[in-house]
Amino acid sequence: MIKLTINGLGVSVEEGTTILEAAKFLGIPIPTLCHKEGLSPYGACRLCVVEIGEGERARLVSSCTYPAEEGLKVRTASSRVLRARKMILELYLASCPQSKTIQDLAAAHNVRQQRFRQEFEDCIMCGLCVRMCKEQMMAGAIGFRGRGQDRSIGTPFDVKSEECRLCGGCMFICPACQLRCTYTEPEKAICGACANLSPPCIEKEQFDDMMCYMDPCVACEIKED
Amino acid sequence: MNPVDIQSIVDKHNHNRGGLIGMLQEIQARYSYLPKEALSIVAERTNHSLVDIYGVATFYKSFSLTPRGRHLCSVCLGTACHVRGAPVIAEEFERQLGIKAGQTTKDKEFTLETVNCLGACALGPIVVVDGHYFSNVNTAKVGKILQKTRSGLDKVEVRTDKRIFPVEVSCSRCNHSLMDQEYLIDGHPSIRVTASFGRKHGWLRLSSLYGSHNVESEYEVPEEEIVHFFCPHCHAELAGASECAECGAPMVSMIVKDGGIVQICSRRGCVGHMLDLSGANA
Repeated sequence: MIKLTINGLGVSVEEGTTILEAAKFLGIPIPTLCHKEGLSPYGACRLCVVEIGEGERARLVSSCTYPAEEGLKVRTASSRVLRARKMILELYLASCPQSKTIQDLAAAHNVRQQRFRQEFEDCIMCGLCVRMCKEQMMAGAIGFRGRGQDRSIGTPFDVKSEECRLCGGCMFICPACQLRCTYTEPEKAICGACANLSPPCIEKEQFDDMMCYMDPCVACEIKED
Repeated sequence: MNPVDIQSIVDKHNHNRGGLIGMLQEIQARYSYLPKEALSIVAERTNHSLVDIYGVATFYKSFSLTPRGRHLCSVCLGTACHVRGAPVIAEEFERQLGIKAGQTTKDKEFTLETVNCLGACALGPIVVVDGHYFSNVNTAKVGKILQKTRSGLDKVEVRTDKRIFPVEVSCSRCNHSLMDQEYLIDGHPSIRVTASFGRKHGWLRLSSLYGSHNVESEYEVPEEEIVHFFCPHCHAELAGASECAECGAPMVSMIVKDGGIVQICSRRGCVGHMLDLSGANA
């Protein structure tokens, strides 16, 4: 067993436990975005940053990937952590303002302004859909492609993947992509089955067999220029 | 594209996880790009999903998913080259070839790409064509570089080029000299060996100039064919222990007179070679 303190509270956890899990055990909330139970930790969204160490050697780490260490002193809500989180959320708002998940998180953290150039992306590269597809659906149909600013998520060669069973898991788990629905390009479409009782996209002819998991799915209406 | 070739490349590297890059590099060396079917075969045989392989292939800039031209022009846009006017040179290349960076000309002769540093900043602006470095390039030199590439960069000017020099070689088994003083190639005595490929068996003469790839032979050797080389005196095969770093074919090894060995690739058209003079006193 490993002993560490989180916000001054002592806790002992088994080896290999992450700081996030230890905090959860104590009931201390840490916001997360790219972390879901049942999927491997990834550390992409950085929302779960906490401060470890003391004095000059204190530093910020992502709690979902950092394993507990003996004698570790963790602060989950120091001013430095809160500042960092607010900045991250502000950046998310700049890139994906239409995401309900991000809007809610920003509101909860009292982020009231957005000082960066406004973009309207539909992806924050959190990798949830990639992990969902690979680890839960055992498919591996989508993944990361390219790098740097050209990095994107999708199928190889941008054609419908043979591994894809149209389960819709990727759409279900995505925190950002109310716009991911690809109804305008059915041949590239990932989404396939829908819980929406009257999805507007069905009325489009090329989408006869298309269904969508987003509820409420508004993608078709937003994209309709 | 031959699926069996791809499979053998995959099996060669498949013993560890890190072998993927090696596979892709070898496939790219063979076909000058990564064909879609090849990636599927790699995915299937390595038990990865295709998207993982595709992710690696798109991550690294040296891999290409579209066919490349015969000649690859890399214009350096690193900091040092940039301040000395490399962007203008890249534009000049684009203008003269009629393509944008990253594209291939319609006749499949040239592929133009920009790179971020070639590590030869002191010589900048640098342009590399098929592994040949051109230093202190300016826009006036661009036309000359393209012209030189079209006429063949591997055609070396024997008299003026200091990088090439004649070697005298002998058989690594019987130590008989392989030099033919009567038959000259590039104005120097040639290296005479017996060559065998398919069902053909006959003499073959190589230029003795290190760096020149001129060859004359009794039978025309088809491109890409792997040729077996034999000593005309003791009839032993001149086999080296290693494989060509460029294409994976077996290397042919010969002893250099003053010590050391020279190895050449046995595949016709491949210019892989290495010279190891570690045994020489000079």
